[in-house]
Amino acid sequence: MATFTFELVSPERLLFSGEVESVVVPSSEGEMTVMAGHSPVMAVLKPGVVAVSEGKGAVRRLFVRGGFADVGPAGLTILAEQALPLEELDAEMLAQHIRDAEEDVADARTDEARQAAAERLAQLNELRSALVH
Amino acid sequence: MPSLKDLRNRIASVKATQKITKAMQMVAAAKLRRAQTAVEAARPYAERMEAVLANLASRMTVKEGAPRLLAGTGRDQTHLLIVCTAERGLCGAFNSSIARLARDRATALMAQGKTVKILCVGKKGYDALRRQFKDQIVDLIELRSVRQIGFENADAVGRKVLQMFDAGEFDVATLFYSKFKSVISQVPTAQQIIPAQFDGEAKEAAGLDAVYDYEPGEEEILAALLPRNVSVQIFRALLENGASEQGARMTAMDNATRNAGEMIRKQTLTYNRTRQAMITKELIEIISGAEAL
Repeated sequence: MATFTFELVSPERLLFSGEVESVVVPSSEGEMTVMAGHSPVMAVLKPGVVAVSEGKGAVRRLFVRGGFADVGPAGLTILAEQALPLEELDAEMLAQHIRDAEEDVADARTDEARQAAAERLAQLNELRSALVH
Repeated sequence: MPSLKDLRNRIASVKATQKITKAMQMVAAAKLRRAQTAVEAARPYAERMEAVLANLASRMTVKEGAPRLLAGTGRDQTHLLIVCTAERGLCGAFNSSIARLARDRATALMAQGKTVKILCVGKKGYDALRRQFKDQIVDLIELRSVRQIGFENADAVGRKVLQMFDAGEFDVATLFYSKFKSVISQVPTAQQIIPAQFDGEAKEAAGLDAVYDYEPGEEEILAALLPRNVSVQIFRALLENGASEQGARMTAMDNATRNAGEMIRKQTLTYNRTRQAMITKELIEIISGAEAL
């Protein structure tokens, strides 16, 4: 199967870089799978799980807390606000994110900001229910 | 003339100082390595971000109603200078060269009749600037308690800057920091972050004529990316600064150690000479005393 270059970077470090077969990206409009030869797309991400297939059935799963995905001729680049391997994410950390999001909702001064924060909270809650099963 | 005891004390004190500078140099060397890895780890993100933004921006500039972070407010009356320096001294000309660059810029802008506001990140820059620009300094952000600079620290600064921008408190923001070139060379740099500017290199790298799809939309993405870019640039500046500071400190402390060694050598020579002169003097006294008998 054709492969393409995938890079996952967070502000602090480069988390993943290499040739992959497909990547499932949690875009804000819904999940999308990127494969080799995908048309150029620029998408905003919601908090969720990036699933990377490196071929031979091996799947790496990484948690991202929002960010951007950029699909170009050179491959896929994800600029994540924060990212870490799913194994390192525990319930406590997720709960902390949710608490933060709840505070943001409470602190928001404008309607717009409140709506954005509420959306975020909903996405996080959705993610938690998806992970705990 | 100082007595032998004075000289001994002086040598001992210089030796003690030399031990301290030597230790500081070694600590700086260890910290430099960590700071350098942090800079290198953060580089890909900032580079990609710039490429993506330059790509988006090259399509947006012609359009009316481009985001203000990109197009500016249309004025350049009020300038915000964000001066990033270290929290500690004893690192050679590191802090003063950043402060000087900022001071020159501020004076030049004020001579043109512009309003200048200064935001200090790091105490040393504040100390250097507060006498001359007491009324211009709007705030001081101390990162003293932060051991390893994380993105959250930069993000906090970035949010503050954006808040000020949204409140219309300034039109142009410039970031002052020291770029880390090598252990012996750090270049004080001024970088304009609002409105965002991209150098030709990034534009060329991104200048692919690909037809992009945007999810949700071009404007939404740009609106989300631009504020984030401010934080990312500040983060990069802080990391570069961190590495530069340790590099500058290492060189400064290396010099100090060497100077102390030189001083010890000279004083030991004086000490030995004085000691010999005293012995000779005593001998002469004894001999002439004996001859007189």
